[in-house]
Amino acid sequence: MVRADFHRNLRSLQDDLIALGSRVETAIAKSLQGLRNRDLDISRQVVIEDDIIDREWLDLEEQCIDMMARQQPNSIDLRTLMSVLHIATELERMGDYAEGIAKISIMMGDQPPLKPLIDIPRMAEKASQMLHRSLDAFVARDPEAALQVCNDDDEVDNLYEQIYRELLTYMFEDPSTIQRATYLLWVAHDLERIADRATNIAERVIFLVTGRLTDGPASNF
Amino acid sequence: MRVGTNAQPDSPGAAQHTPIVRANGLSVYYGTTMALSDISLDFPSNRVTAIIGPSGCGKSTLLRCINRMNDLIPIFRMTGQILFDGRDLYGPSVDPTDIRYQIGMVFQRPNPFPKSIYDNIAFGPKINGFSGKMDDLVEGSLRRAALWDEVKDRLKTSALALSGGQQQRLCIARALAVQPRVILMDEPCSALDPIATLAIEDLMRQLSEDYSIIIVTHNMQQAARVSDHTAFLNSGESRIGELVEFGDTTQIFTNPIDERTEAYITGRFG
Repeated sequence: MVRADFHRNLRSLQDDLIALGSRVETAIAKSLQGLRNRDLDISRQVVIEDDIIDREWLDLEEQCIDMMARQQPNSIDLRTLMSVLHIATELERMGDYAEGIAKISIMMGDQPPLKPLIDIPRMAEKASQMLHRSLDAFVARDPEAALQVCNDDDEVDNLYEQIYRELLTYMFEDPSTIQRATYLLWVAHDLERIADRATNIAERVIFLVTGRLTDGPASNF
Repeated sequence: MRVGTNAQPDSPGAAQHTPIVRANGLSVYYGTTMALSDISLDFPSNRVTAIIGPSGCGKSTLLRCINRMNDLIPIFRMTGQILFDGRDLYGPSVDPTDIRYQIGMVFQRPNPFPKSIYDNIAFGPKINGFSGKMDDLVEGSLRRAALWDEVKDRLKTSALALSGGQQQRLCIARALAVQPRVILMDEPCSALDPIATLAIEDLMRQLSEDYSIIIVTHNMQQAARVSDHTAFLNSGESRIGELVEFGDTTQIFTNPIDERTEAYITGRFG
């Protein structure tokens, strides 16, 4: 092993990525907790903690640029760095969606949600699981598990479609619900985007292992 | 040997360009010691092909077989074939000197003759019986080697007064003057500074429009920058060089098939 130092740094970079992933998972869970329990303190905490996610993302990006410039990585090392760079960006955006949900919760203030939250928490759970499993697939270098994450995106899309239609019905029937319905629509949209980004992470895992860039659940490797 | 996906006959890549040089079951011995074993490899025309591999894997030996430079070593022996444009390079009717005009070589250290810049270029064509306008040939060769603008006002001064990078480009111009079809380069930048190195690399890209270039380099990033195709040679504990993988340079450097290639280019052995 002639590049032991570089490969040690590459491993530590991946540890940092997983730590960022855990922070984002927590942010998503807290944003839902704040929304569901009408706990504005938790929602405010999510907004504040997004700065930490942003800092850690930038730090990861700087480390990637530094290693590319100084080490000129090839093959699996190059694919690892490219994947970390992409995945870190996806995680940062997911953190923004969690922050978005927290901000909506804050905007809702004392108002109760338009309707009992049933499908939205289900969607949140599904999207969080996809994120978790995409990162597990990254750690295990498991393209099969990653492909499964891609395939699961349809379920979240279907839930989103269902929520969207339901909320539209509320708005048609009683225009005074438009504002509160829109809040929930934004939340659902943020969750749908989180699941999309988890799919992107899973696609990067497939690239990392196979060297092939894929797009969408229909792709095979 | 593992052949990269892009080098398969039906895909765009090495095989789409007619091979100008073809090694066919080539094995080389120095005395009783085997140096290369059963190399079969097509070098596409008008492309830059890099040969990479650890020290002692036989990269230079392979390169020197292609213009019969190894003939000068008494204990050298070769089995298998090298075809140049379909013709057996080692066939009985082939004149090695004639081959070296058609398959020029540029060495590790620039080796200009201790003569003027002009005479360095004119030397080969003169011996070769060139009867055209020598001034035009000298200018054309220097232009192709991207050296003309720097030396046009001092063609009669000694070539030894040029910088290392200029001397190497002069050696390339000298090789071009006899109108070769293939240019072999054996670590052409190892004695040059980074700027002169980049100038030579740039030149290689330009020259590949008209010539086929085969370069041996220790510098993997140089192979990645300049070549269209890459061959990875390795010698294990046997110390006998073999071809491990050949493919498009992008494939070799982003997703090699053979784990030995992967280990070498990521620095996990070497």
